[in-house]
Amino acid sequence: MIYFDRVTKIYPADDSKALDNISLTISKGEFVSIVGYSGAGKTTLIKMLLAEEKPTEGVVFFESIDINKLTNAEMSRYRRHIGVVFQDFRLLPDKTTYENIAFAMEAAGKDDEEIAADVPHVLELVDLGNKMFNFPHQLSGGEKQRVAIARAIINQPDVIVADEPTGNLDPINANEVIQILKKINDLGTTVILTTHNKGVIDSIGKRVVTLDNGKITRDDKKGAYAL
Amino acid sequence: MWGGTIIHIYDMLVTALKRILRGGFVSFYRNSVVSVAAILVVTITLFVIGSLLMSRAVLGYSLNQLKDKVDVNVYFNLNAPEDKIAALKASLEALPEVASVEYVSKAVALDNFKKRHESDYLTLQAIEELGENPLGDALNIKAKETSQYESIAKFLGGDNAIAKDNKTIIDRVNYYQNKSVIDKLNSIIVSGKKLGVAVTLVLIVISLIITFNTIRLIIFISRDEISVMRLVGASNIYIRGPFMVGGILYGLISSIITMGIFYPVTLWLGRNATNFLGGLNLFHYYAENFFQIFLIMFVSGSILGAISAYLAVRKYLNT
Repeated sequence: MIYFDRVTKIYPADDSKALDNISLTISKGEFVSIVGYSGAGKTTLIKMLLAEEKPTEGVVFFESIDINKLTNAEMSRYRRHIGVVFQDFRLLPDKTTYENIAFAMEAAGKDDEEIAADVPHVLELVDLGNKMFNFPHQLSGGEKQRVAIARAIINQPDVIVADEPTGNLDPINANEVIQILKKINDLGTTVILTTHNKGVIDSIGKRVVTLDNGKITRDDKKGAYAL
Repeated sequence: MWGGTIIHIYDMLVTALKRILRGGFVSFYRNSVVSVAAILVVTITLFVIGSLLMSRAVLGYSLNQLKDKVDVNVYFNLNAPEDKIAALKASLEALPEVASVEYVSKAVALDNFKKRHESDYLTLQAIEELGENPLGDALNIKAKETSQYESIAKFLGGDNAIAKDNKTIIDRVNYYQNKSVIDKLNSIIVSGKKLGVAVTLVLIVISLIITFNTIRLIIFISRDEISVMRLVGASNIYIRGPFMVGGILYGLISSIITMGIFYPVTLWLGRNATNFLGGLNLFHYYAENFFQIFLIMFVSGSILGAISAYLAVRKYLNT
């Protein structure tokens, strides 16, 4: 489903290789955790997948599409196949919980009836039914992250990408977020998670890809945290 | 089937437009501090544009007043027959450069002369002594542009049939006595207009740059939001639209405020500075051209806002 073909990324600013000749295949329905120290290249890998950055060498495929050859309009459509969750939540600050999620649906061209039906439903799923009309600054970190997850899954994407989603959360909230991601994966959605939280990785017990200095050093089918 | 598809596309467009408009209004309202700042800057820009419009009106009015004071007079011999003068008047009126030709008969000319010299007893007495009217008939010619007096004077002194025919009855044409004054006035008018255009352009460019940069700053604040919108798959127009709606709102509200500010300003100027402004009452000008000025402000303000937003967002869409 996702295929990194000998991808190298050099940032012009520091001339070092953030990713060094990476080849990686992720199949449909997998739960892949990507671990590594800060600066190992985890976030760069995610940015490649979201086409936020272009590879210096190599190609990134989604299904059979080279994602760096997409036009602007195709890129918007491609991104609707991927739900993204970030460490810093990245909610739209002047929109309510409801509007943040509705925005993703509006962007995907869903009609108003569908939005009115689905948004409350997904907010119930992440247990935020009572915070529908709160603004992000009125929510706790864990609540914000659950809004972000709700936004990521609302359009039923093929892939959920979660970049350090537990980084800013306490262990209880972190665990909750991971449980939600596992549930989403159980329903058939591919999940790609980056983290350096040992407890999180060990509790998932699925595929772990270890990155170091821009290279893949381990790729374990049923891995544990090994840094 | 095609009908259904078209209706579907139409519905989608209407929905998208509705959402863009709502997005623009909601963020305008929720980011009220930012909106107020933007409106302030756009208002200043529009005030500058409006003041320039009015000063151009004042300049144009004063120049026209000046122009109106210039004419060329053709004085005829005492025995010039009236029908010939009328014929010459008609042929002058046919010239494209001529705005109007006024016939002043010798009797009227004498009356005018007496009025002008009513305190000059000696002169009046001399006229009385003469016993008959020493003045001839005259034509006062006004050209459409001051620069055209020369060609009218040339026409009168030239070799064409009408001029030749009338040579015997024309006593003199006073253009050549007035030439230097007319030339000077002409150059004042030309350079006045040029200066007006230059000052207008410079001020407009400065205010455009300030407004553009303010809106750019506002959108710079929203750059993270724009990146999030892109990541959830919003199309470029859907991201850009609400910002452009915001820009148009800045223009609309600013133009209303500016028109409001101009009310007391022109009222005061109309009362106190009409003479200074060459006789043009600015308040009357404001009142008579209210909708036109408002339209210019609204259109330039909202186009400025929308284009600034369009360009400023583009920067964050192409990375």
